[in-house]
Amino acid sequence: MQVSITVNGQPRTDEVEPRLLLAHYLREVRGLTATNIGCDTTSCGACTVVVDGLTVKSCTVLAVQTDGGQVTTLEGLAGPDGELHPVQRAFREEHGLQCGFCTPGMVMAAIGVLADNPDPSDREVREGLEGNLCRCTGYHNIVRAVQAAAKAGPAAGQVPQAQEVQA
Amino acid sequence: MIPSPFDYVRVQSVDEAVAALTEHGEDAKLLAGGHSLLPIMKLRLAVPTVLIDIGGIRDLSYVRVEGDEVAIGAGTRHHELEGDAVAAAEVPILPYVAGQVGDPQVRHRGTLGGTVAHSDPASDLPTALLALGGTVVVQGPDGRREIPITEFWLGFFETALQADELIVEVRVPRTGSAGWAYEKFTRRANDWPIVAVAAVEGRVALANMAGSVVRATATEEALARGASIEEAAALADQDTSPGADMHADQEYRRHLARLLTRRALERASGGAAATAA
Ligand SMILES: Cc1cc2nc3c(=O)[nH]c(=O)nc-3n(C[C@H](O)[C@H](O)[C@H](O)COP(=O)(O)OP(=O)(O)OC[C@H]3O[C@@H](n4cnc5c(N)ncnc54)[C@H](O)[C@@H]3O)c2cc1C
Ligand code: FES
Ligand code: FES
Repeated sequence: MQVSITVNGQPRTDEVEPRLLLAHYLREVRGLTATNIGCDTTSCGACTVVVDGLTVKSCTVLAVQTDGGQVTTLEGLAGPDGELHPVQRAFREEHGLQCGFCTPGMVMAAIGVLADNPDPSDREVREGLEGNLCRCTGYHNIVRAVQAAAKAGPAAGQVPQAQEVQA
Repeated sequence: MIPSPFDYVRVQSVDEAVAALTEHGEDAKLLAGGHSLLPIMKLRLAVPTVLIDIGGIRDLSYVRVEGDEVAIGAGTRHHELEGDAVAAAEVPILPYVAGQVGDPQVRHRGTLGGTVAHSDPASDLPTALLALGGTVVVQGPDGRREIPITEFWLGFFETALQADELIVEVRVPRTGSAGWAYEKFTRRANDWPIVAVAAVEGRVALANMAGSVVRATATEEALARGASIEEAAALADQDTSPGADMHADQEYRRHLARLLTRRALERASGGAAATAA
């Protein structure tokens, strides 16, 4: 069936099978491969993206369920001039990654945490990221990165407005 | 993992949903948040031929006071319930327990109607609802009917819901600041309880101690005749039939039920403050 989904500010209509998962739609139909598929069982959070303002695990959402909606992936975070999102910048500065596999999902989940709570405690960050696994177990620096990002203010909990973003 | 093929129908109202259920029959399944259904479809444990997506019926998402009850729409997502001010004032156990379900991403999608209909004996919100009491309001081709919460869950993935019916709302009594507690024991973050106990004003419900969520009747009766918390909690596993898995054998689950019931009752009565297990 036909779906019209705006991804990172780019509207597009595609013909998809109803059983196509959002994670596969993003990677295979839209060619956006930052969204990783780790566990495929809704456990690891590597596939986390923002749908209509809320973080979701895209391996457990059908593309057809987001018809007419707005999706933001890691690729949609940096500004048109390449300026990093505050959470991306903080992950880089605080070394919030090791192999990097979990990072796209961690960054998206962290934005969700900061959207709910602009000034989270250490424990609140850990609870907010409970749906994301880092198999390199780099959690300590990830938590530090989220707290560093919080210092950037409300922008750290927001994804860019659709029309500002160029893929 | 990819589900097997199905036809997808999106509906905009409860009437349309009932009509679609009637038209497509037994092989059709409702899709709300999809966070119980899609995982089992990916494993091919469920193979519906038609999915009727009710996720877009936004007027099924509400929490409101109606007389001495609180009515919660079936489409209310866990994170909406978690942050709802009316629920926090009128039935505080529900937003607290909603916040214990899975992780934030799961709570952003999962709905009250979905978790009630799914009837997993280990689910959090049904355990709290069973301790609260109230009714499940469902709609079918012949209109609406109300099912007492205590009669809704019949067993593992089995409910009193007919194939052509939809849950539209759950109604629970307003408890205000009356004592309540929820004790959930898990081995890792973002997980279902190995055992959980909900206590509200002398009513006690258990997760994962039988084929569905169940009331700890022996404990409730003991409390009613004035037994101490200690004595009442020691009866919590009576008439239960817990399963065994890699996390816990039956005897350990029985032990947890007694222990968590004691903690829950103490906390509900304002006694010793128990922290998460
Ligand atoms: C990783 C993960 C962790 C989780 N952890 C927990 C946890 O700790 N505790 C817990 O309790 N749950 C947990 N869950 C389950 C989660 O709460 C689900 O969201 C919920 O149980 C189902 O809600 P849903 O809206 O997603 O339902 P769906 O998956 O859309 O539907 C579930 C079933 O209910 C039916 N249904 C849906 N809505 C209605 C309706 N209005 N009327 C009639 N039938 C309907 C569907 O046809 C289907 O059979 C977890 C899920 C995941 C993926
Ligand atoms: S791939 Fe989606 S949660 Fe792991
Ligand atoms: S950095 Fe390797 S999985 Fe997290």
